[in-house]
Amino acid sequence: MISRRNKKLAFLLAMMLVLSIFAGCGGQAGEEEPGGETATIPVGINVELSGAVASYGSNARDGAVLAIEEINAAGGVLGKQLEGLQRDCKSIADEAMSVSAALVGENIVAQIGPLTSGNVAGSTPIMMENKIPLIAPAATAANVTVDEKTGETRGYIFRVCFIDPFQGTLMAQFAAENLEAKTAAIYGDTSSDYAKGLAAYFKETFTEMGGTIVAEEGFVKGDRDFNATLTKIKGSNPDFIYVPGYYEEVAPLIKQARELGITAPIGGGDGWDSPDMISVAGAEALNNTFFTNHYSSQDTDPKVVDFVEAFKAKYNKEPDSFAALGYDCVQLLVQAITEANSTDPQKITDALANIKDFQGVTGKMTIDEQHNPVKAGVIIEFKDGSQTVNTRIQP
Amino acid sequence: MQEKSKSWLQFLLEVIVLVLLFTLVQYALSAGLVNQSYQITLTSMCINVILAVSLNLINGFTGQLSLGHAGFMAIGAYVSVIITNFMDLPFIAGILGGCLAAGIAGFVVGVPTLRLKGDYLAIATLAFGEIIRVVLQNIDYVNGPAGIMGITKLTTWPWLYWAAIFTILIIVNLMNSSYGRAIVSIREDEVASELMGINTTRYKVLAFVIGAMFAGLAGVLYAHYFYIIRPETFNFLKSFDMLVMVVLGGLGSTTGAIIAAVFITFLTLALQKYAAMRMVIYALTLIIVMIYRPQGLMGNKELSRKTFSGIWGGRK
Repeated sequence: MISRRNKKLAFLLAMMLVLSIFAGCGGQAGEEEPGGETATIPVGINVELSGAVASYGSNARDGAVLAIEEINAAGGVLGKQLEGLQRDCKSIADEAMSVSAALVGENIVAQIGPLTSGNVAGSTPIMMENKIPLIAPAATAANVTVDEKTGETRGYIFRVCFIDPFQGTLMAQFAAENLEAKTAAIYGDTSSDYAKGLAAYFKETFTEMGGTIVAEEGFVKGDRDFNATLTKIKGSNPDFIYVPGYYEEVAPLIKQARELGITAPIGGGDGWDSPDMISVAGAEALNNTFFTNHYSSQDTDPKVVDFVEAFKAKYNKEPDSFAALGYDCVQLLVQAITEANSTDPQKITDALANIKDFQGVTGKMTIDEQHNPVKAGVIIEFKDGSQTVNTRIQP
Repeated sequence: MQEKSKSWLQFLLEVIVLVLLFTLVQYALSAGLVNQSYQITLTSMCINVILAVSLNLINGFTGQLSLGHAGFMAIGAYVSVIITNFMDLPFIAGILGGCLAAGIAGFVVGVPTLRLKGDYLAIATLAFGEIIRVVLQNIDYVNGPAGIMGITKLTTWPWLYWAAIFTILIIVNLMNSSYGRAIVSIREDEVASELMGINTTRYKVLAFVIGAMFAGLAGVLYAHYFYIIRPETFNFLKSFDMLVMVVLGGLGSTTGAIIAAVFITFLTLALQKYAAMRMVIYALTLIIVMIYRPQGLMGNKELSRKTFSGIWGGRK
């Protein structure tokens, strides 16, 4: 009886011990002085390092870390070194919120990330409440920076990527001006908000510029046979076919279109950006196809060439759009800190809102009043199985 | 007579302890002693406790392997947000509506599927969870895959705390009643309990509906704290997280479920800084526990009044 009681007592004591460890954690976090003078400038990097979109997050992190190292090697900002605090938000919105709160406790001056719009939304209330700016590398949904109910801009949320619908506008401009298309067909993924947004804005801009939409068709995620609809589109003989969607469906679609003898140029958005496009559709079928993207590692712009070289030297891999956008987030923040001449989050926010003609890897950008960058998009063309930059379009 | 007054005294003591704990945290919160990061952890903790305890009722006590708990949570979350944010009704209406909707869903799913056994039930409930997610993705009224953003923050400490206490009280008392005995008998041997005249389907559905309602409650509290809900939040990995808590704590132990929920919430927070090692450490912890305590931290034992009196008073 006694030994059993002791066992229970021991267990209880063990539990208390465990709890006291956690209590210890609490004390540490509270000790830091808010707003105190620090030797380094802490920047939160709250990205998806595990979970569904871990590849986006880790690439953006790599880009951001590279930028921080370059800046520190060049003497830092305002004479101080940047300190990147990397945290994993597990690709979950509530975890993104929790991570942001923890970072705020470590006196960050700004936060880079998360990547997806939903996770940025999770982080948003914490950043707004604490008045610390958040720069999103790749959150493309319109309501990330603007409250749809009130139409007000979210004061502390910024991004360096263009929003989804903008890609539709870009491609319409390109089709009407560069390709001189008069008629166009739209054949997009109707099961994704992203593709629907692209299609709607393409249609709007294309008709505004005097073009006619001769056919509007749709497919859904998982479709593999597009022959029937393509035959129908072929009959309306468009000058240009717009196919917003993801590469899983777009690649076989283009292959089948070319097999049917459709020679018209085909265009799409950044959902096309995958090596699978070439392996599935084939180099020949992809000739005369174009898509809009944030950036291309094949760009010959010296700024891009330098970035790609440095990235390859450090990580031994090709930087994708997310890496470039992550890199630009840090560079933009540094410019804002320099212009504000202060590491006070409020002053940095004010400076961010007034950034003009910032030259990033993903293009020259000016932050508008909705905290979206006004920047050029890149039109990428597939030429004999490789991506080449056709043109940059400034809106 | 003396015995009776003693149990009253104990009851009073428990109430005082509960209220004291509540007031203590409430004071710390209002005095600004708890930083934001810990406030969020506290919230996650209460929500995880509700989820783990309610899933334990289905998986642990009734012995029916359900993998669709996130689906019920999603229903509670979405219905309550529609009530509070789209219809501008008070929070309590959202809570009741969310729980009720999840309970009804539990009944609709439970009646046909609980006739299945073991793996088949697991598959059916897993499928149910996924169906809920896909359906939500295709309803434009709730913004499809993008989800609802900018939900008013209504979940506060009193709601969280008393909701968790309420959940624990209801389930503990249920398990101590004749209903609870019937439910446990189904887990131990379904054929035997049926021979004893227990309507097994009825009790299974009962446990399932109660579990679903509390999952709905957790969903309501979640939605009104974390600002955004998306169908993707409630995927099967979420159900899986809850299952981990239940198995870690010990199938069939409410105390175990609570301890595991608290433990995992803190573990998640503590590992935030070690981004690269996080999944490794998390997985290792689970493997080590499962090697040395295959029955879970608590097995099917409970910490109760009896345990404490066993320690302090030596009375059985």
